[in-house]
Amino acid sequence: MKDFEYANPTSVKAAVDLLSDSWGNTEVLAGGTDLITSMKQGLTEPTRLVSLKNIKKLQGISKKKGTLQIGAATTLSALAANGDVQQHFPALVTAIEGIGSAQMINVGTAGGDLFQRPRCWYFRQGYGLLGVYEGKSLIPEGDNRYHAIFGNAGPAYYVNPSSLAPALIALGASVSVVGDGGEREIKVADLHTTPSNTGQREFSIEPNEIAVAITIPMNGLKNATYEIRQRRGLDWPLVTASVAFKAGSIVSGTNVVLGHVAPVPWRSSAASAALNGKFVNAAAAAAAGEAATRGAAPLSKNGYKVQQVKVAVKRAILAANA
Amino acid sequence: MAKSAWPEANRRKQIGARIARHDGPPKATGAARYAYDMNPKGMLFAKMLQCPHGHAKVISVDASAAEAMPGVAMVLVEKDKDGEFPATTFDGAIIATVAATTEEIAEEALSAIEVEYEMREVITNDREHGLVSGRAAETGDAATVMDGAEVVSEGYYGLPTITHCCLESHGQVCEFRDGELYIWPSTQNVSGYAGSVRTAADLPNEKIHVDVQYMGGGFGSKFTAGPWGTACVEIAKATGKPVKLMLDRAQELKSAGHRPSNFGTVKIGLKKDGTITGFHSDVWGTNGQGRFAQRAMPYCLKEIPNIYTRSQGIVTNRGSVQAWRAPNHPQAAYLTMSALEDAAAKIGMDALEFLKKNLVFGDVDRKDYWAEELDIAAEMIGYASKAHPRGDKTPGNIKRGIGISFHLWGGKGGASACDLTINPTGTVGAKIGSQDLGVGTRTCIAQVAAETLGIPIDMITVEIGRNSYPASGASGGSTTIGGISTSTRDAATKALNVIMANVAPGLNVAPDKLEAWDGRIQEIGNPSNGLSWQDACKSLGQMALTKQGSNPTEDGTELTTADVGGVQMAEVSVDIETGIVTMENFVAVQDIGLIINEKLAESQVHGAMIMGVTWALYEECVYDATTGKMLNPDMEFYQLATLGDIGNFQVKLMDGEKYQSRGVIGIGEPPAISPGAAIGNAVANAIGVRVPELPLTPDRVLQALNEGGMV
Ligand SMILES: Cc1cc2nc3c(=O)[nH]c(=O)nc-3n(C[C@H](O)[C@H](O)[C@H](O)COP(=O)(O)OP(=O)(O)OC[C@H]3O[C@@H](n4cnc5c(N)ncnc54)[C@H](O)[C@@H]3O)c2cc1C
Repeated sequence: MKDFEYANPTSVKAAVDLLSDSWGNTEVLAGGTDLITSMKQGLTEPTRLVSLKNIKKLQGISKKKGTLQIGAATTLSALAANGDVQQHFPALVTAIEGIGSAQMINVGTAGGDLFQRPRCWYFRQGYGLLGVYEGKSLIPEGDNRYHAIFGNAGPAYYVNPSSLAPALIALGASVSVVGDGGEREIKVADLHTTPSNTGQREFSIEPNEIAVAITIPMNGLKNATYEIRQRRGLDWPLVTASVAFKAGSIVSGTNVVLGHVAPVPWRSSAASAALNGKFVNAAAAAAAGEAATRGAAPLSKNGYKVQQVKVAVKRAILAANA
Repeated sequence: MAKSAWPEANRRKQIGARIARHDGPPKATGAARYAYDMNPKGMLFAKMLQCPHGHAKVISVDASAAEAMPGVAMVLVEKDKDGEFPATTFDGAIIATVAATTEEIAEEALSAIEVEYEMREVITNDREHGLVSGRAAETGDAATVMDGAEVVSEGYYGLPTITHCCLESHGQVCEFRDGELYIWPSTQNVSGYAGSVRTAADLPNEKIHVDVQYMGGGFGSKFTAGPWGTACVEIAKATGKPVKLMLDRAQELKSAGHRPSNFGTVKIGLKKDGTITGFHSDVWGTNGQGRFAQRAMPYCLKEIPNIYTRSQGIVTNRGSVQAWRAPNHPQAAYLTMSALEDAAAKIGMDALEFLKKNLVFGDVDRKDYWAEELDIAAEMIGYASKAHPRGDKTPGNIKRGIGISFHLWGGKGGASACDLTINPTGTVGAKIGSQDLGVGTRTCIAQVAAETLGIPIDMITVEIGRNSYPASGASGGSTTIGGISTSTRDAATKALNVIMANVAPGLNVAPDKLEAWDGRIQEIGNPSNGLSWQDACKSLGQMALTKQGSNPTEDGTELTTADVGGVQMAEVSVDIETGIVTMENFVAVQDIGLIINEKLAESQVHGAMIMGVTWALYEECVYDATTGKMLNPDMEFYQLATLGDIGNFQVKLMDGEKYQSRGVIGIGEPPAISPGAAIGNAVANAIGVRVPELPLTPDRVLQALNEGGMV
């Protein structure tokens, strides 16, 4: 790890002012559970870290005008323990608990979860986010067992690592970010982008913007997340599905969002459409699961994920309705 | 005179007791100091530059910029015997070592070294025959081996290369002082370690002082200093400063040792009644660049009338192998036991009945043990009520199954010497140049000494981990407990005999009518004629008494033997929609001879079972085929089981006179052999098809289900 300057501002404005407008020069430090590893792996070599620890405004959870506002630096464990979150957003609680590590969720933050860098082993071993070696991506012919089955026409094959993002997207959440031009609101659904070259990052925020809060509408959607994990914890899932829908005699407003299957959290409009207008039962859930696999294009070693998508969606729908 | 033979069952207080590890508190509190914790004054930090390519020839190395950096003390560039840059045959091969005043400077300096490589062709694929390392080893006649079979069952099975993944990485701290070398390595070979750094140090063994009080796992990979150890010594010698060189996690996983892969086809010829008539195996695998042979096929059932085996190595650009907890046995067990249960399934016979029937082909020394252990394991796991033919027919997506495996090992104690000192106050010290890999060696030495002298265990001080103490063998092959318990018993007996001879006249009995019991030296059968241990020790006057004992003993008394067997049964549930395997129950029945410490012996088995769950379900070295890069040199993707993943364990150590009379036998390795086979068989029993390759990850499980038409 290279030497760096450690800045500890107490306001969002001061923090933004300390950030560079090009990626990698400076980095925002929240819990550090991802960033410090990335620095040790040499994936980023910032000259300055801007810590969010002492910015009060980024902490805490409150209700505001029919929404729940979550400070971006709220720890994952505080989020999962919040009464409103538990009552209204089980999809989030499952996503956090699944991380399966008290250490991780006591230190890791909601903002950090959304902006964590991909786990792709080609990326982590130094071939860049697109896994390029001698002008060509190693991933399509390499070991892609953990890679994307959607949105993988290239050049990106990695999967978005956040388990919170699919749940937040299903719930219609947005993030407010502050940069030198002031504050703006971005739908979580629009937060992640697919880079087309190795110089880009995979976010729609600017290098000198900071996420300050996450806003989730409290509109009574039934919701759940189902994760398929090989180990019980200390690991990312293979596939997740987060669903939210309006319950009535028949379902409407369904949002099915898949995690860990594409470079971005993957909204499955086919699955959502398949469930809308149905009574929730095993057959409808299975049909939605089937629909969710539409358009999947597995690589050489990750065909199993297609089957897992089917099951995760089915089980998430049934869990939301339970 | 007291004998060094083990005491009768009714004369044992310490031996067999469930005494907690003496090193537990220092480890839990952090007081235990490992190699990593040694920081002699003025120490340099050494870091290694490793080849990032799977296969290359080093053309040039320019270290001038690194050498010129402030704080850099030395850059050592690897050369082969002829002074040439080496051909690097795997991702992680060492190019150069930098020593600097801080870790950060050392790392910075590594990135300043410029290396020119000429790329060579990379081969990582060991699943198909590629480059062959040598002639195939072959036994038997392939043409006739299935003659007389009424049914032939055939299958393909495989296990990938895995690493030892020691939690404490390889490495050491060393320092030259007054022309002698002081070295704190992480090793499982205290007494023999000096030999592997002697050349680098240019010193005779007796001037090399090895000190290992605690170490964090070796599993067969830490017998010698390795290239990092010799580099560390060379730098310390050249700079005159203490040097620390510990591998980081990626280096540990890439270069500190692997277990060879095994893939192969196995055919079993049978009569319709389930009697095996012939065995045919064709196995290949890789151990990196070295020679490979799988000689343990068929596993356990060596007396099958007709046997053909073949094995052939594949040279690959993977890190080299080191002995891995029961070398070759886990692989042979997996290939053989999987094939046996597949054969039973093919003729519709219950697996347990099939195995018992064919134990007639087992090794004579063990087949009766296996028979008994199979019954006990079946009872423990509830086989009678849970067993079902292959494929759980219960409706729903969760399928349960049971799988079986059995194994064998030697485990006779290795060479060991112990100096046992009795002080005139009655306190006792034992010194052995052995090591405690975390298994409780210290505790067991104290127990044996206390038992022999009839005194409380807290009167014994045990010192191990230094090569200045009487030499004791490396901890490999499960030889430690037999070695150190024998040498301790022998030394304590000899010392006790001196005390008894001293006090016998005063008690008016012959020394051989005395016993050490309950803190007293007393007449056998007449305990009131005696004196306290402390009073007896006053007979030493001002001088402490030291006696040396050994394994083998000088008078030939055998306190340790070999040849254990063991049985394991696993019960799993499999979600056939997701391919996730969950460990439910895992039973290990193990014969072990005379148990020194039941709790620690069980703990050995637990450790082996956890390790076994890990390689059965998760562990695998993954390489990119184009570049030869190891893709998972970290503990995120090189996965080990967490406590939540291992299910319920039950351990039964065979005990009683029949077993105890065999003397002490080590069991570090045997319980690590069967897990893959037992768990693989349980999955096959649950889902109705064989998942041929370990680890049993969801992709492999779903693929097997698909190919078997099950989903
Ligand atoms: C063993 C293990 C298992 C895990 N399993 C899972 C899992 O199953 N699912 C899952 O979703 N995650 C998982 N994680 C990831 C974990 O949740 C993240 O590491 C954590 O949430 C990151 O939070 P942090 O506060 O530590 O972020 P940091 O490491 O501090 O930051 C991560 C990134 O986000 C940026 N960042 C942080 N906060 C902000 C902000 N407010 N505005 C702008 N940028 C910001 C940082 O600059 C950095 O690039 C796992 C991690 C580990 C180590």
